Amino acid sequence: MENPPVTDFATDWDHTDPAWVHDPYPIWDDLRQRCPVAHTDRYGGAWFPATHAGVSAVAQDTEHFTSRTVVLGNGRPLEDAPPAPIGVAPPITSDPPFHTIARRLILPAFAPGPVRALEPRVRELCRRLLDDLGDATEFDAATQYAQFIPPGVIVRMLGFPEADEDVFRDFIHVVLEGVNHPVEERIEEFAPIEAYITAQIEDHRAHPRDDLTSYLLGVEVGGQPLAPEHVFGTIILVLIAGIDTTWSAIGSALWHLASHPDDLARLREDPDLMPIAVEEFLRFYAPVTMARLVKRDVEFLGCPMREDDWVLLGFPAANRDPEVFPDADRFVIDRLENRHLAFGLGIHRCAGSNLARMEMRVALEEFLARFPRVELVDPEAVTWSQGQVRGPRRLPVRVVPA
Amino acid sequence: MKVTIDAARCQGHGRCFNLAPDVFGFDELGNGVVLVASPPDDRAERLARLAQVNCPEHAIDIEE
Repeated sequence: MENPPVTDFATDWDHTDPAWVHDPYPIWDDLRQRCPVAHTDRYGGAWFPATHAGVSAVAQDTEHFTSRTVVLGNGRPLEDAPPAPIGVAPPITSDPPFHTIARRLILPAFAPGPVRALEPRVRELCRRLLDDLGDATEFDAATQYAQFIPPGVIVRMLGFPEADEDVFRDFIHVVLEGVNHPVEERIEEFAPIEAYITAQIEDHRAHPRDDLTSYLLGVEVGGQPLAPEHVFGTIILVLIAGIDTTWSAIGSALWHLASHPDDLARLREDPDLMPIAVEEFLRFYAPVTMARLVKRDVEFLGCPMREDDWVLLGFPAANRDPEVFPDADRFVIDRLENRHLAFGLGIHRCAGSNLARMEMRVALEEFLARFPRVELVDPEAVTWSQGQVRGPRRLPVRVVPA
Repeated sequence: MKVTIDAARCQGHGRCFNLAPDVFGFDELGNGVVLVASPPDDRAERLARLAQVNCPEHAIDIEE
């Protein structure tokens, strides 16, 4: 079901509009010059700051904005959902002071040390996926490569059966791309996910092992184990935030390299440039947009925001703001000064950012080692996801002989 | 040069210890910590400045 077409994005924006999904950057450029905070009556009322300063101000302000729900949709949090400051998926849906506790619990698992320890497994996974392509000269780099890397990592971290990786991708599609479905439909769509994760939790409760799920079941705060909904919510968070996002980031980088032979050659000739290039991929193709709800009526960024209005935090738009980035709309593979917001800002900085960077770097290194030259089969055949995570969903590429 | 991190601002983006691993490290939560407050050579000083201009939270202070 599609929403009615948008006539003016400044006063009636919709992030599911085909124009926004296909190529949002000119829309954001226009809003930055005209508004710079756009409004829509859709979704029960929502704001969209298009500048780095506007996005930063909202992201840093937990007094006026709640993270109770971070995926913008037609409904508001249900009355029986865990209220602020906990929310359904701690800590991303939590506000201070509970947020601090919930975040500290999971940060050590995603700190640089444990992430480094995962790197050989990620490399092995990437090589196996590339081996599976055999000597194909055309394949889909999104659905046959990028898509499989993050689930392989997350499933291992949670200790879920590896055979279930494809189950998660369907779940995530439902959660992140069905935002314009009616609320009742969304609840129905979510039921199988809930049943699956509940069964996994029960299995871990009966048979504890060395993984993140067992850690969450065993950890105590103030002498108490975590509430069952906290464990469930954090697992949902890790699944959703850890899979679609990184898949999208890897896919966008591959899309860029397949359509920009100069940058591909540069990385081929100077592999040490990869970490710097990864930051520019993150700036230029930041996959993630978050949402907040206005806590109570407030005048903010010059706008009369009402309680329960949404604010869509366009980190990808902030990353294209020429006030902060010289040549903001140009991809500069060796951009050294790059204060991008791809992982957000403030207390909700993406907890998995170390993991995401490692997966991106390894996925690209292994891809380039196997296929030093690729090009798009047909630029028009590439499709992009809808919703708050942006990345290519079909990415047919052709191997170019040296 | 004297390098400090404002722990109240740092959110663990990790830009500093990736760009200048000789100057910055991390704690068990992944937040940045200063390993060498006075970088010993030009290269380390240059990388410390690079880390500063890449910190999304503006948490790094450098006194020249």
